[in-house]
Amino acid sequence: MTAARDALPAAPADILLRVDNLTVSFGQGPAVVRGVSFSLAPGRCLAIVGESGSGKSVTARALVGLAGPRASVQADGLAFGGEDLRRFADRDWRRLRGKHVGFVLQDALVSLDPLRAVGDEIGEGLRLHGEAGSRAQRQARVVELLERVRVPEPAVKARQLPHELSGGQRQRALIAAALALDPQVLIADEPTTALDVTVQAQVLELLEETRARGKALIIISHDLAVVSRVADEILVMRHGEVLERGSPAEIFGAPRHPYTRRLLDAVPSAHSRGTRLAPASAPRWAAPTGSPAAPSGLTPPVLSARHLVKRFRGPDGVARTVVRDVSFDLQAGETLGIVGESGSGKSTVARIALALETPDSGAVTLHGQPWSAVTERERRPRRRGISVIYQDPLSSFDPRWTVERLVEDSLGPDPADRAQRSARVSELLDLVGLPAAFRHRRPIELSGGQRQRVAIARAIAPEPRVIVCDEPVSALDVSIQAQVLDLLGDLKAQLGVSYLFISHDLGVVHHLSDRVLVMNQGEVVESGAVDEVFLTPRAPYTQRLVAAVPRLHRAG
Amino acid sequence: MNTPTLTLPAPGARRPHPLTALAASVPGSVGLAGAVLLFFLVAALWPQALQTHDPLQMDLAAVLQAPSAAHLFGTDQTGRDTYSRLIEGTRQSLGIGLGATALSLGLALLLGVTAGLGGRVADAVISRVLDVLFAFPTLFLALLFVTVFGVSVATLIVAVGVGTAPGYARMIRGQVLAVRGAGYVEAARALGHAPARIVRQHILPNAIRPLVVMLTLGVGQSIVWASGLAFLGLGVAPPSPEWGALLDAGRSYVTRAWWLEVMPGLAIVAFALSVTVIGRHLQDRLEGKVGRP
Repeated sequence: MTAARDALPAAPADILLRVDNLTVSFGQGPAVVRGVSFSLAPGRCLAIVGESGSGKSVTARALVGLAGPRASVQADGLAFGGEDLRRFADRDWRRLRGKHVGFVLQDALVSLDPLRAVGDEIGEGLRLHGEAGSRAQRQARVVELLERVRVPEPAVKARQLPHELSGGQRQRALIAAALALDPQVLIADEPTTALDVTVQAQVLELLEETRARGKALIIISHDLAVVSRVADEILVMRHGEVLERGSPAEIFGAPRHPYTRRLLDAVPSAHSRGTRLAPASAPRWAAPTGSPAAPSGLTPPVLSARHLVKRFRGPDGVARTVVRDVSFDLQAGETLGIVGESGSGKSTVARIALALETPDSGAVTLHGQPWSAVTERERRPRRRGISVIYQDPLSSFDPRWTVERLVEDSLGPDPADRAQRSARVSELLDLVGLPAAFRHRRPIELSGGQRQRVAIARAIAPEPRVIVCDEPVSALDVSIQAQVLDLLGDLKAQLGVSYLFISHDLGVVHHLSDRVLVMNQGEVVESGAVDEVFLTPRAPYTQRLVAAVPRLHRAG
Repeated sequence: MNTPTLTLPAPGARRPHPLTALAASVPGSVGLAGAVLLFFLVAALWPQALQTHDPLQMDLAAVLQAPSAAHLFGTDQTGRDTYSRLIEGTRQSLGIGLGATALSLGLALLLGVTAGLGGRVADAVISRVLDVLFAFPTLFLALLFVTVFGVSVATLIVAVGVGTAPGYARMIRGQVLAVRGAGYVEAARALGHAPARIVRQHILPNAIRPLVVMLTLGVGQSIVWASGLAFLGLGVAPPSPEWGALLDAGRSYVTRAWWLEVMPGLAIVAFALSVTVIGRHLQDRLEGKVGRP
């Protein structure tokens, strides 16, 4: 702790927020935040990084008196300006929040009242703190704020309901609400999580701009790369404690704590290709390094799509083309990545490949046989040749079933013998690294990573040649994501399956894929070998996408 | 201890021997509910074992007596023992409650599942029929039925069953529609399971899940509906001590002899409550506490 505190950069004289030895616990439970200290000056940005359960959000909430009614917040010092926050009553906190400290909540969709116009929501802070006089003045100020966070058509958007705005616009509206009263400190909890990478880049730009105007910033994030771009100082938290602190250059260039190093290694990227991300999980078999043998061209592709087109009729009755002339071949033992932002049509392509959706034109063949063009009855016995792993495994499990039944259900008719089936389930659970004792649990009793392992066990149970992975690691913490990606890599090497790997995360796709399709607005804008596409992108959209990805600025 | 591996709690700690777990995990309320249900079961199958008096034996020397050691639940206007009459009526009342609920559920499943899975035309037709049935009060439907087919326990069961079915049918339809779009149904489809198997394994059980508690309450409600019919003179004829009939009979004496109303009412509440507690407990035990806030 002492060593870490010594590493604090020389603090400017005008400290806005000072936190000394902050401890938060709930009820009788153990402290979820222990001995956290930092200080913040105007125009500086502090980032708190950690995985779920690290105490980073609780720390942020304790700073604005929102840790919750059962929380016990203790500190040797907790001061904003000249005021001692430890003495604050509810009334004092309300005066502080909004006016002096702006708080941007995680998850823009849930944090905005679905039945109120966005502008009213933003204007509420102005009204409560008695600013900006009349209603008309308030409205003018709201439009000005929306304009400042670069929401297009601010006057129109102010009158719309949250669901009529895109995810990025909602996030920007929340930031506008937090900035409404011109607070000196802005705290943002996961401000870019769930945003597309180009939108994320815009939101980060906005935060940088805010800091440039002399505001102090605290950013809570699980994403090291996001933070490396804006932060002056980074605290790495785990289990409620600060493990390491320093400037981005120090943290990323020469991480001192092993956990920080592991977090950095767990981030998939081009550098990590062909290597394992999580050192903790030893490979069960020797994984061949590098790409599998290049497709010889003699064997037919296991999955092939030609000129797929899909239109959906929207609620307004207007048909929109979500997939436009998409073609690809997936060779045996190959991983084909599809990257794109939300609404690019990549998930629809996945559903067409799985024959859960019928293309309006074009055709899919599986193992050289027609697949999209035949009836469901003909398809059913062949479905075991292609499996799927979803982003949200929980909703793809019948909530009443145990792990055992879920996996057993996908075995198919063979073997018929009960003991043999049970042995096969054990074998599969072992293969995905789940202890046998988990077979009697229900999915709700598992963690996110464990659920995804069950989903993988279920996907490989029918011994398919192709597995469609639709954002399989997007909902996972980076170290768990690393384990799951390693598992997918191992299984490919061992079972010789092909993956159609769909993700919005360029790093993840780069790590796992051999070839990649880049999709934008239903079209394939670029395709080719993954290194070629990501390192020397030709299409302007790919170039924008690659440029928008926040990168770790590592030394060396 | 810094490895970011999955931390797996020792499974032995979570799952002790099933019998030990059963004994330790059954809450007191469930035990009590079980005892109450067992009592009613004995009363239905073998009333003589529990009765203290002959339920039809009048005693004009002991008319309208308050509960006492001699008459646990007091006596009625002809001196009959209320407790023994309640026991005597258990079989009919439970028969009506369970029978009507089962019939109601059967009808509702048929209509609701057909509407939910049968395509647009079936859904439109059934939904409109349910709308029309909804326009009539439940009691009116039941009344109509009893008037047409005459009074008997069987007619009462059918009357109450048909009367309460539209409500359940509409709920089942909504559930089926919701479950049909669930991720696990699509996952089963992607595994190549046949539609019949998906309906049987996933759609039906998950669509009925939220209704289990409603149905256990429905058993008590059915008994109350039957007593409502008795109130209108369309219930099981006296001197049958069916609980609804008892309620109806005690109505005229409610200011002088509260026990004639309260005791049958308590029996209905005790039974409905026990069924609910046990039903909920079994649901949690068999399927885990899932999908309920």
